[in-house]
Amino acid sequence: MVNIVIFFSGPVKKAQKRIMHELGITSSIVEIAERHARDQGAKEVVSVTVAIGELSGVVPEAVEFCFEACTRGTTLEGARLIVERIAGRGLCHGCGAEIPLDIHTFACTQCGALGLQRVQGEELRIIEMEVD
Amino acid sequence: MCVDCGCPSPDGKEHHHHHHHHSHEHAHRHEGRTVRIEEDLLAKNDRFAAGNRMLFREKGIFVLNLVSSPGSGKTTLLERTLADLKEKVRFAVLEGDQQTSNDAERIAATGAPVRQINTGAGCHLDAHMVGHGVEAFDLDAVDILMIENVGNLVCPASFDLGEDHKVALLSVTEGEDKPLKYPHMFRAADLMIINKTDLLPYLRFDMEKCREFARQVHPGIEILELSCQSGEGMERWYEWLLSGARDAGRGTRHG
Repeated sequence: MVNIVIFFSGPVKKAQKRIMHELGITSSIVEIAERHARDQGAKEVVSVTVAIGELSGVVPEAVEFCFEACTRGTTLEGARLIVERIAGRGLCHGCGAEIPLDIHTFACTQCGALGLQRVQGEELRIIEMEVD
Repeated sequence: MCVDCGCPSPDGKEHHHHHHHHSHEHAHRHEGRTVRIEEDLLAKNDRFAAGNRMLFREKGIFVLNLVSSPGSGKTTLLERTLADLKEKVRFAVLEGDQQTSNDAERIAATGAPVRQINTGAGCHLDAHMVGHGVEAFDLDAVDILMIENVGNLVCPASFDLGEDHKVALLSVTEGEDKPLKYPHMFRAADLMIINKTDLLPYLRFDMEKCREFARQVHPGIEILELSCQSGEGMERWYEWLLSGARDAGRGTRHG
């Protein structure tokens, strides 16, 4: 017989299925915001602002979709989620150009070199919140 | 202090509500306090991953995080590797799946210590699960820890487990453009294994294109071709593994 560990982690209720990594990301938003709300003695969180980079692999719409379910029964219930989308930017070590980058751009649009260094767009951060 | 909403006026002067237009919008903007947070959303996972990594380094264990689509042959690769290197390396295996312990039972049959982690509806393993998963092992008696992630080329890319390398498997039945379709994963992986090469005569799989696509996404990626059925290419994989395990054991690993 094999040893099995079963995980149902996070504040999400069992009935809500964790079908995507955005659910885990959204749970982190709620967890961090709740901790700060407690520290600040806030009764209610009015809004939360997060930065999501376009190269982060996290889909803002999916986070928005999960937010309501994840905030239910917390100090964030009813809070507004504000997503600041951060465009991707890459630095080419071939020609030194800094160019706009999306997840499907692999070669420098100026000189064609590969291996662009991502300088912006991988952000996944909670920036601030408004509390009452 | 603003008498309507109680907010401190930014210029230190009183608002003059009766002399100026005071928009409704302004009143609402100031109804709460703004709290700066600036915290990374993956910070918690990354903390657990750093803890795992520290433990694995201390014990001199070489740790791989195996990722692929379902059915690419992760478990079969492990079965064969564990059996072939039994005399040379002490393995331990963590098996991640949403349900069942079928894979863990296959691994247990090789004699290696194994633990199944069922994620329920979860689509990936995280560092916290792995930290608890390895508690059952005697880590002083392990040279290589293999973590077989949930079959999924999307979500596991974002989660560091404390491994030395992510290894992405791609089988030739899947199509050579997988690296372009799932660039996050092939960017995160240090090694790509192209599996089931014994099936190449029956398929229209363009090996050169596949390598080219992988290098477009990740110029530094290492690539191995092999077949767990015919055994073709397995030697190079074993060399790669043993060299990593040697470095980890001596504490001279790279990166």
